[in-house]
Amino acid sequence: MSEQEPQELPEPGPPAAPQGRVLAAVAAGGALGALARYGALVLWPTPGGGFPWTVFVVNAAGCALIGVLMVLTVERGRVTHPLVRPFLGVGVLGGFTTFSTYAAGVSDLLVRREALTAMAYAAATAVAALGAVWAAAAGTRAWLDRGPGGSGGEGRVA
Amino acid sequence: MNWLLVAIGGAVGAPLRYLTDRAVQAHQGTGVPYVFPWGTFTANAAGSLLLGLLTGVAVSSPAHALLATGLCGALTTYSTFSYETLRLAETGRTLLAGANVLASLLTGLGAVFLGAELTGGFGG
Repeated sequence: MSEQEPQELPEPGPPAAPQGRVLAAVAAGGALGALARYGALVLWPTPGGGFPWTVFVVNAAGCALIGVLMVLTVERGRVTHPLVRPFLGVGVLGGFTTFSTYAAGVSDLLVRREALTAMAYAAATAVAALGAVWAAAAGTRAWLDRGPGGSGGEGRVA
Repeated sequence: MNWLLVAIGGAVGAPLRYLTDRAVQAHQGTGVPYVFPWGTFTANAAGSLLLGLLTGVAVSSPAHALLATGLCGALTTYSTFSYETLRLAETGRTLLAGANVLASLLTGLGAVFLGAELTGGFGG
């Protein structure tokens, strides 16, 4: 790994942490996120050939949560600990949500000749995920902007 | 037992995705905000291909927990994919945002089918 780490985003972001600690945070978060997804699948198994509701809900929920997280960290700098985004964003939420299971789910439905369900699942996940991240990010921004914004104190709006 | 294997798979998959993203970003040059998110795209495609390969070979339940649920599940992501798509749209790159969604879906699907085909097909 190179030592120089240019910021990939122009907004105020958390300071860089040592790469080893970042990787450890990502790994720990990934384990927790994958466990949470597995737990959801154990609790709410979906039969083959049907709409994979559990993965659908997992992905939509993870997208809503990353919308909140990214506004609080990268966009607004309200949470500045350098390991928060690697742990919660890249690790937990990245490990919780999944693209491979989604793609395999669509493929499986196609192979079972459940084309309508396959297309509904493919489209509904994309729409729900994008809708969730948009609504959550917009809601968090609005919540942060509710008073006198910026990094000012908790002054009242007259 | 399967829980532990899922955790191990997740603990490997997530850093692999992070490193893939960093490597791809370093390759395309960082500092350019909101260019096409090739890093996440690459990780999602690779994880989908690997999951397809696993589909073709009938793996045992522990192997499935470790490699499919844990590793492939954490190597790929929907949350970062959707946030990056949102940022593309919000910064006026609507076409790129749409292209990201379509290309990711089609590539992921194709990768699953290709992987399964390479190792014996969906019936395998």
